Amino acid sequence: MNTTTIEAKAALGGALNPEAREIPLSSAQITDYDHRQTVGKITVDHPKMLCREVNVYYGVKHALKQVSLDIGANEVIAFIGPSGCGKSTFLRCLNRMNDTIPLCRVTGQIQLDADNIYDKSIDVVQLRARVGMVFQKPNPFPKSIYENVAYGPRIHGMVNGKAELDDLVRASLERAGLIKEVEKRMDEPGTSLSGGQQQRLCIARAIAVNPEVILMDEPCSALDPIATAKIEELIDELRENYTIVIVTHSMQQAARVSQRTAYFHLGDLIEIGETDQIFTNPKHKLTEDYITGRFG
Amino acid sequence: MNSLDDSAALPPPSRDIKTIVNAGLKRRHAAERRFRWFGLAAISLGLAFVVLMFANIIGKGYPAFWQTFIELPVAFDPAVIDPEGRRDPKALADADYAALIRASLRGLFPRVEGRRDLRELYGLVSSNAPFRLRGQVLDDPALIGATRSVWVLASAKVDTLIKGNINRTLDESLRPISDQEIAWVDRLIADGRLEQRFNTILFGNGDSREPEQAGIRGALMGSFYTLLITFLLSFPIGVATAVYLEEFAPKNRWTDLIEVNINNLAAVPSIVFGLLGLAVFINFFGLPRSAPLVGGLVLSLMTLPVIIIAGRAALTSVPPSIREAALGMGASKLQMVGHHVLPLAMPGMLTGSIIGMARALGESAPLLMIGMVAFIVDVPRGFTDPATVLPVQIYLWADLPERAFVERTSAAIMVLLGFMILMNGLAIVLRKRFERRW
Repeated sequence: MNTTTIEAKAALGGALNPEAREIPLSSAQITDYDHRQTVGKITVDHPKMLCREVNVYYGVKHALKQVSLDIGANEVIAFIGPSGCGKSTFLRCLNRMNDTIPLCRVTGQIQLDADNIYDKSIDVVQLRARVGMVFQKPNPFPKSIYENVAYGPRIHGMVNGKAELDDLVRASLERAGLIKEVEKRMDEPGTSLSGGQQQRLCIARAIAVNPEVILMDEPCSALDPIATAKIEELIDELRENYTIVIVTHSMQQAARVSQRTAYFHLGDLIEIGETDQIFTNPKHKLTEDYITGRFG
Repeated sequence: MNSLDDSAALPPPSRDIKTIVNAGLKRRHAAERRFRWFGLAAISLGLAFVVLMFANIIGKGYPAFWQTFIELPVAFDPAVIDPEGRRDPKALADADYAALIRASLRGLFPRVEGRRDLRELYGLVSSNAPFRLRGQVLDDPALIGATRSVWVLASAKVDTLIKGNINRTLDESLRPISDQEIAWVDRLIADGRLEQRFNTILFGNGDSREPEQAGIRGALMGSFYTLLITFLLSFPIGVATAVYLEEFAPKNRWTDLIEVNINNLAAVPSIVFGLLGLAVFINFFGLPRSAPLVGGLVLSLMTLPVIIIAGRAALTSVPPSIREAALGMGASKLQMVGHHVLPLAMPGMLTGSIIGMARALGESAPLLMIGMVAFIVDVPRGFTDPATVLPVQIYLWADLPERAFVERTSAAIMVLLGFMILMNGLAIVLRKRFERRW
């Protein structure tokens, strides 16, 4: 990355041409609170999702302000920032989970490949099959391990027959690195597993529908360090096939698993860049303060 | 940051902290002991009343499960039963079997004479005894001409005497049974012709003016049909309403208003629902009076709010993470509810519904309004037959002065309480069985 150029978003036209959006900006301009602008290069060469001027309001509260960001194909991008900074809110915009919250309003544009996901013609059911999600607290269904993984393929009608479903369940559990542990106990309830296993079961459940993007909302915050290490390893393996967006409170985790990192602060996207650069050479004062532990 | 300065400014404790605490300690302990005693006393009092109530009801009702029978040597006289000798079933059914009973009684007590005394003698046996003979003859016409000993139902006053509920030392004019009758009964006992048996009539018969022939079957069937209608209507509608209000309806002023109204409906006196049922179902829609159909409709109105409230509480107790998990997988809202939320909430909903049904089973006031309080002898065979229900039957019997009805009232209460305990027990079992941890 060219460290001498600071690129940021500006008012964007209809066309989403990466070159046209890169406007140089000096860090002195970033102090104005209302017009805080993102530092760093928001675009990537092979974007999977394009987010432009996304605003989220909870009633009158302006929770997310003018966020523009690209999510590259087969990359792991980490969202970091202090509590209440809007990183989870933004994550939940990406598969429209915010729809379920009353009084929540989203403006701006988010594209998955060529589709505007907030377009009337896009059904959330289809969107969420393409953009899977793993939650902060492991939340397997109180059903058998097998049923947990089989649920998605079943409701979407992805398989014909029991044998095909069996194969898919096994493949998903294998990919989630769980198959050895649960092979003999497929009929036991998913809730009988340990916390780390439950979270991997949730990941298996998410990848069973073969999504294009997986969103992870602090997937390790309820887990011990060993379980966390396993999940992180898994994330690294999954990158081959999926695009992963991870929200985390742990900066070490962001540094370990992600290629790009975005720093959010009070609803603003402050800085975005290569993970190495963010942690070794942050461009913005707020980012530096946060990663050096001055607040947050 | 200021707190450090503040604590430094605090004056040093003037007295030893131990003495300050100890001074008040006695009072605190005393208050605690007092509260414990009040609690214990309240529970003991409550339990005492429950024991008293059960002892009273069971003590009074237990004898009703036994019934006195008299053994009579009956000569199935062909001249009375089938004078034409054609064994025509219709003629056999219409024959004067009471004459056989009378002849048999006269045979046992040949010295009784005079119309009044004979009438008293015939009164030892219940008026349904001839029907028993008729049944026997119709089943087996070969009996005609033979003499068999037949156990027939004793009348209520004999039964009452046998159960020791008539004071023999009272003056004759003060008791319902004469000296002469007592002497006959004693003779029958001495001859071994009197026996107490389990009272199947109580469970097999409908209501009757004669206490020894009165049973709760009509009321039980009436309650069954009524509750069936209530359950079939209020459970699906209640669950669907709870699901819609909790999961689908927008949260706005209208839904708030509906919620407040549902909560208020649960507290409306039940007789008001009876009036509503009378005005709407009977007067406006012209449905039949005294019918379990209308009773079930009225009780549904009464039970619905209870089921809706219980259902909503059960739905709220399902953790939101399950909903998020389902939605995150791309399930539609209805799939989320149908596959995950509803199955998890179902035990709670069933528990609430069963408790609502138990309340409906014990309800009598609204049913009085729609005419389910009539004297109905026939056991109802459907939803539109005239019927009464168990609590109303209890109310009807409680009004009657005969001792035999008093014990039947208590017996019916025992049966009702038995069903209540059964239903509440079922609710507890369901809750325990399907309780889930997340």
